Amino acid sequence: MTIASQETPVVAGKSKDSRPIKLACRNVWKLFGSGAQDFIRRRDGKASSAELVEAGLVGAARAIDLEIRQGEIFIIMGLSGSGKSTLVRCMSRLVEPTYGKVEFEGKDLLSISDAELIELRRHRMGMVFQNFALLPHLNVLENIAFPLSVQGIGRAEREARARDVIDLVGLRGREHFYPRELSGGQQQRVGIARSLATKPEIWFLDEPFSALDPLIRREMQDELMRLQSVLKKTIVFITHDFDEAIRLADRIAIMKDGEVIQIGTPEELVVKPATDYVAEFTRDVQRAKVISARSIMRPAGKGQHAGTVSPDARVASFSAEIIAAKKPFAVASGAGKPIGEVTPEAVINLLAGLDNRGAPA
Amino acid sequence: MTIAADAGTVRARPVQTWLAIWAAALAIVLAMFLARSVVPWTVNYPAWAVVPVDDWISWLMNWLKVNLSWLTRSITAVFGVPLDFALDLLAKNFKIGTGADAFTLPRLSWVGIVAAAFLAGRAFGGMRLALLSGGLFLYIALFGKWTSAMLTLGLIAIAVPFCIATGLFVGIWAWKRPWVEKYLVLPALDLMQTIPTFAYLIPMLLLFGNSPVSAMIATAIFATPPMVRATMLGLARVPTEISEFGEMAGCTPRQKLWRVLLPSARPTLMVGVNQVIMLALNMVIIASMIGAGGLGYDVLLALRALKVGEAMEAGLAIVALAIALDRLSQAAARRQSEYHGELTDGQSFWVRHPNLTLAAILLIGTTLASLAISFFADVPKAITFTTAPAWRIALNWITVNFFDVIEAFRVFLILYVLNPVRAFCEGFPWLGAVFLLGLAGWQFGGARLALLVAALTAFCAMVGLWEKTMATVYLTGISVVVACLIGIPLGLAASRSDRFEKIITPFIDTLQVLPSFCFIIPVVMLFRVGDVTAMIATVAFAVVPAIRYTNHGIRQVPPALIEAAVVSGCTRRQTFWKVQLPLALPEIMLGINQTILMALAMIIICAMIGTRDLGQEVFIALSKADAGRGIVAGLAIAFIGIIADRLFNAWSARARARLG
Repeated sequence: MTIASQETPVVAGKSKDSRPIKLACRNVWKLFGSGAQDFIRRRDGKASSAELVEAGLVGAARAIDLEIRQGEIFIIMGLSGSGKSTLVRCMSRLVEPTYGKVEFEGKDLLSISDAELIELRRHRMGMVFQNFALLPHLNVLENIAFPLSVQGIGRAEREARARDVIDLVGLRGREHFYPRELSGGQQQRVGIARSLATKPEIWFLDEPFSALDPLIRREMQDELMRLQSVLKKTIVFITHDFDEAIRLADRIAIMKDGEVIQIGTPEELVVKPATDYVAEFTRDVQRAKVISARSIMRPAGKGQHAGTVSPDARVASFSAEIIAAKKPFAVASGAGKPIGEVTPEAVINLLAGLDNRGAPA
Repeated sequence: MTIAADAGTVRARPVQTWLAIWAAALAIVLAMFLARSVVPWTVNYPAWAVVPVDDWISWLMNWLKVNLSWLTRSITAVFGVPLDFALDLLAKNFKIGTGADAFTLPRLSWVGIVAAAFLAGRAFGGMRLALLSGGLFLYIALFGKWTSAMLTLGLIAIAVPFCIATGLFVGIWAWKRPWVEKYLVLPALDLMQTIPTFAYLIPMLLLFGNSPVSAMIATAIFATPPMVRATMLGLARVPTEISEFGEMAGCTPRQKLWRVLLPSARPTLMVGVNQVIMLALNMVIIASMIGAGGLGYDVLLALRALKVGEAMEAGLAIVALAIALDRLSQAAARRQSEYHGELTDGQSFWVRHPNLTLAAILLIGTTLASLAISFFADVPKAITFTTAPAWRIALNWITVNFFDVIEAFRVFLILYVLNPVRAFCEGFPWLGAVFLLGLAGWQFGGARLALLVAALTAFCAMVGLWEKTMATVYLTGISVVVACLIGIPLGLAASRSDRFEKIITPFIDTLQVLPSFCFIIPVVMLFRVGDVTAMIATVAFAVVPAIRYTNHGIRQVPPALIEAAVVSGCTRRQTFWKVQLPLALPEIMLGINQTILMALAMIIICAMIGTRDLGQEVFIALSKADAGRGIVAGLAIAFIGIIADRLFNAWSARARARLG
């Protein structure tokens, strides 16, 4: 994996990251029903499911607390109806939260004026939509230049900038095609290019690949990783596909019935699922691709080591070698002292799925 | 009906309760009828209790006329400018100066306009459309209807942009504010579309006089509603994501509306534009009664003089114009930009718009040529021909050879169908009708609907128009029944055979674009004036929605359901009766609803050929310029339409809810 999180410790998913917080939700609620605002204000932002039902309210997002750091790919994962779309719309204020705070670089988004919000969206936020949301009457070039055009940027400049992103997403030669003449994958490339044309800092992707067929989806995921390695945006990515989530994520928030039930790296979710619901999701994951050497190492013994791996190396990246070598590998960061060792047996157990609860040593 | 039977077995009790209620209600009404010598006021609304709404309206109109003449005059003046310009340009020639030193600038040459119609067809839809639209315009020219047709076209050309702009703004307003939509726009639209066209003419005549301007304003009012509806529908249908994209791109509310939402709604808006054009054409024809002139006036004159051949000829020119405008505007709506080349500023205009440039050159060239060569100025008599004698001969032949058959058919209809139904309707107690319709409203839609329906029915009686209302109901009712008996089986056949659908589609498309006037002419030729003619013309006019909705309703039944039926062993017949028909029934009911509204509109126009109903009332009021009388009769007609519409919609909504 190209973007394995640098020094993220396994145990506490959020604490030791030194990057600044880009976007944070502080006890965000979105309730539907009459008198929702009064209801949640009276309770100071606390309410149980039973109380909601009693008041006849539907909680699309409940007590959401999360922090997204600069440059990370933060994935919100949940099945349909879990509130993930509502949550991302609260973050971009497409939906007005009923209660709580959404902080963008520490500033409360909910208290800024309409003009400020427009300014923010024009220059610092970008969004990609599940069904592309391309304007049918504009061609590729005009679609991509559209956000620039509403800012009042002149035609020559906006088209030049649009052409830059067209090259970036590999659409050169299609500038004058209309959306209906493009395949789904190409349309979403236009959607991506359009959202990048304004050089946003935070990038919302709302199930961007869900409407594409599996092969194209995979190709687009690779494309996204390539783009991210160049652009280093802060990404909020919505998906209902857990495989997609673990493929792309630095961290994943799993949602159910409007609540975030666990936030963590893919490995944490696999290794320490907070609830049975999370465990259910992670059950069919190819664990070797998620779990790192650190999770299956044991204290270094006296014996010889056939090689050295980094604590964050995914097991899949060295499983073939260690099984062939039939000897333990030392686990060490850089040239430092080993902090433990990984045995071939542990790797085989992992691959065979014998450690189903996967408790680390 | 299977659906009734199914519902009966599933929810036996409520249905039986309703049956009992209805039986009791009918018994009460029968008792009312039998006791009419004791309590005559339940059958015929007593004359002393008639509310003089017509006098009030007349008073109000007079007051408006006196006090608002400054306004109406300035409106006339303002609209007169572009209208005169269009009429001069297309039909009348420009006259500059007066007296001896006046000189005339020629109108656009007919050759140029035919060429422009051809090129417009080519630009929007290719060679076939080009030949069709060019050919239709040439037809109009060769049949000597050029000047009339251009007067009609000039009025449309000014009224349509006005309708589109108004409709767009009202639609946007209603879309932005739900309360405006619910309490202002929707009721107004319902009323505007159900008030018969004639009724519009009277206040226009009073306020703006007998002139093309009042015809244009009547046209604009009549033709705007579909644009309002299309705008609201189009905006509501823009996918949420597109609207969200607009926000995320940082659009201001205005940018979002004009640059994201409206362009995305373009297909629906263009359907509205097409409807506006067709309704405007229809209305311009009818508005010839208050000074619009043009093709409608030709028909009117010919019909009044019973010159059937001439009427037919003018009618065919209307048909030609209608088809050309319809096909051109539809093609323009469908046309999508497909230009893939590089657009640079250096490229000259004519490379980008070859058809437009060529059309402009031809128009200017031929018009200049018409200064010198009279061939370009007027369609030369030598190349025009008239078919009027041919129509007359054909008609005479039919009359001579088939008189007995046609007459027997006519008399049979009158004696055994029309007259009994008429007698039944006109003798129906008004109180009974209020009661029964209210009951139906209560069953389908609860107390509010019951109240509305009963109040509207009572209005018709209270203004003293009960007998004429029932005469209208009788003719409309018979026409609707016949139209459904013809239309629904045709629709079913079309839904079950692709080939039949293909054959029938061009016919119903054409029937639908024809202005209502045109239906009367051929029928009058065969059946002379009277109720039979009115009924046949109405059936021809109103049959289309019955066919179309039935076909569409059956075809939109999800294939999965049909497959499920087939897999569970249904025969083709069972599949049809047990699956397709029940599921399509709400849609079919909507079709019947449309048929009723169209039949009502047509019956009123048939007053021109001597029916004795509310239409006649409006017609008389129009000739006497009696605003109160005309508007009250118009409202009564509108209320019949609204009652039918509300009851059918409520029923259909219930059926839909039951089907899930």
